[in-house]
Amino acid sequence: MNFIRKQVDVLKKPFLKGGKLEMLYPAFNAFETMLFVPDHTTSKGSHIRDGVDLKRTMITVIIALLPALFYGIYNTGYQYFIQTGLDFTFLDAVLHGAYKIFPMIAVSYAVGLAIEFAFAVYRNHPVNEGYLVTGLLIPMIMPIDMPLWMLAISVVFAVLIAKEAFGGTGMNILNPALTARAFAFFAYPTFMSGDKVWVSEASNVDAISGETILGALAANGDVTYSSLNMFMGAIPGSVAETSVFFVLIGALILISTGVGSWRIIISGILGASLVGVLFNFWGANSLMSFDWYNHLLVGGFAFGIVFMATDPVSAAQTTKGKWIYGFLVGVFCILIRVFNPAYPEGVMLAILLMNVFAPLIDHYVIEANVSKRRKRWASIKLKTS
Amino acid sequence: MSKDISIKNGANLYLKGLASKELEVAKKSLTYAINPDNFFSLVPRMLVKEGDKVSKGQPIFHDKNDETIKIVSPVSGKVKEIRRGAKRKILYVIIKAEGDDVIKFDIPELQKITKEQIIELLSESGSLAYIRQRPYNIIAKTNKLPKSIFVSTHSTAPFDVDYDFLMSNRVDDLQTGIDIMSAIIDKPINFSITHKKDSGFKNLNNVEIYNIKGVHPSGNESFQINKIDPLNFGETIWVIKPEDLSNIGAFFRTGVFSSSRTVAISGDSLKSPKYYSTVIGASISSLINSDDMNDIKNYRFINGDPLSGSKVEYSEFLGFYNNSLSVIEEGNQYRMLGWLPFMYNSVPSFSKTSFSWLLGGAKKVNTNLNGEERAIVVTGEMEKYFPMDIFPMQLIKACMRGDIEKMESLGIYEVIPEDFGLVDFSCTSKIEAQEIIKSGIEIMLKEVG
Repeated sequence: MNFIRKQVDVLKKPFLKGGKLEMLYPAFNAFETMLFVPDHTTSKGSHIRDGVDLKRTMITVIIALLPALFYGIYNTGYQYFIQTGLDFTFLDAVLHGAYKIFPMIAVSYAVGLAIEFAFAVYRNHPVNEGYLVTGLLIPMIMPIDMPLWMLAISVVFAVLIAKEAFGGTGMNILNPALTARAFAFFAYPTFMSGDKVWVSEASNVDAISGETILGALAANGDVTYSSLNMFMGAIPGSVAETSVFFVLIGALILISTGVGSWRIIISGILGASLVGVLFNFWGANSLMSFDWYNHLLVGGFAFGIVFMATDPVSAAQTTKGKWIYGFLVGVFCILIRVFNPAYPEGVMLAILLMNVFAPLIDHYVIEANVSKRRKRWASIKLKTS
Repeated sequence: MSKDISIKNGANLYLKGLASKELEVAKKSLTYAINPDNFFSLVPRMLVKEGDKVSKGQPIFHDKNDETIKIVSPVSGKVKEIRRGAKRKILYVIIKAEGDDVIKFDIPELQKITKEQIIELLSESGSLAYIRQRPYNIIAKTNKLPKSIFVSTHSTAPFDVDYDFLMSNRVDDLQTGIDIMSAIIDKPINFSITHKKDSGFKNLNNVEIYNIKGVHPSGNESFQINKIDPLNFGETIWVIKPEDLSNIGAFFRTGVFSSSRTVAISGDSLKSPKYYSTVIGASISSLINSDDMNDIKNYRFINGDPLSGSKVEYSEFLGFYNNSLSVIEEGNQYRMLGWLPFMYNSVPSFSKTSFSWLLGGAKKVNTNLNGEERAIVVTGEMEKYFPMDIFPMQLIKACMRGDIEKMESLGIYEVIPEDFGLVDFSCTSKIEAQEIIKSGIEIMLKEVG
């Protein structure tokens, strides 16, 4: 460790104040702090600090994403081989999936981090770890056959418009990963919906087609998958959203480490269930009569509510606000699915919509606290006067 | 009659090296010093010059804005040095102890003493400095009497003292202090003790006893006030530390300013951390023998507890108010891949991203920041360590912006920087909450007063 530290210290010299590469210090700092927690000691405030930092928090989210990602890799290959009818082994499926997904992840990280580093250098502030999560989320919520250049443009849009334009990580209104998806959804609709995008190579090989369950329902089609299929995730869909089981493992990691808000997840599920049940009674179209519990299993609902709605920056920030926010995400998700067949995937739009309303929810929660205090003040004034 | 008060949320942080309950008389310090920074927002106007002889209890400076606020010499001696820093700011008034001249006041019979006489004597003797006023935690202003007075012996901060032990031989002075202070407000003072603790304080008179049930920061008076008698706009509350109240009592008994200080010295690098009885402003070197520690430079000395105390050098002096002196190892080392979850579990952490919470027992700490400062990302975390009817993060943001109206409506009057010690500690983004709140309070003092 000492040897590596010494090498880093030598490398660091030109980046320090007065060095030739001083300007690039934030970029160097990002790599250095990845390798070592810095030797900074407290100078103001509390003299001792918790071992947790944003890096640890963000890495925990990435760990929580890995089960869903690994299953997504396998399922990509599995869907491809099932459709083509070729013989395959577990390894074949994984290799096919990895071959398709790793380039997406590489592009997402390369493009996004390049912009983040450029802004860090330009603003002379340290590189924030937020993109480590966003950069992995973006390929996980895209259709598998999305051309890499489209992915790159979506990433650019998300990082520039949804994040840096507002002042960087911590200041954004919208969840950047979902913004990337929404951008792609409206900019390249043919690559984002229909029956030719969800299974690997479907757009190139005629024999392959695969509709998502929600797509089929919106077109008043039949669902051939069982609830167990939907839960385990051997169905077509965006890369890593299909398996509720593996998403729940991620949820368990997020909740047990306290990194993700269990309030948002629980209230989201409650909201969606409630509306789902109500529509089951109404039952005017096939999406309405689709069993409420299946609504929770299909599409991106589980993935969205666990990994996207819980993004602390774009969600409501107060405890009460989180309950309301999560609940409304669930409600709107099902509403959008049922009432707008053009957008069978409601969860993305529901979360983005609630992202916009989250500050308003917080405002009212805080105002309630403020008016309680003011009332107390006023009652004292009355007594004394 | 006592009332039970439960303050939920927060966490206790047990550190290695807590002072054991043994009291030793500290060796005599050669010099004593007063640091004007100990008195929040006070601007000192010197009343003595270098070389002047001073008696114990003689004013050495007063507040430029309020001459009734006098800071007096804790010992008799000669002004050795008025140490100044940048922009001639006074860092220390250092007094070389010699002789035993004292300033003595005539105290009227305590049964017949009037409020005006008490206030006059408090101010003239310098004992007023022991009383601090909410909002803002400044030395109490006597032009407006408080609606209540709070004393807390429920101590919860890491390395905090056990007041039952510390005060065991000063109960008489404490009772006199209580009688005097309750005479000012014509009612008992609010006195809090730890829930279910067999405390000798239960037998005090002229007090309303509150049994406080809760972990840190429930020992901070702000949280107790918020539960018991919340502070409203335009009101004031006085807060006195238990030993300071004894000092006030001692003054009214003897007529001489009392500057006794019992201090618990804690730290795992010390051979035998324990309590010492000394005098306010004593030199740190009179309390800690440098030979007992292997390398003095590797340690940080803190007047107060590690969460909210202030840093001092070994060559400097004990503060005016603190009953604890903490010694913590400096943490200026790199930790390879230290940000990985569940690595380095020996670093204390409330977060479940480390197994630290599973490992019981007292923890060893150092001053490493354990990361770098970032924008606030994680939400809901500060609320866990701020058991009050206030939104800590929103208040911090209002302070950052200097938005007076927001600060006021979000409850700035009810908090002091120390209340955010645990928020500072636990913050994932390493936000300097105490500094930010302090800057907010400074703005409020200037603009609203």
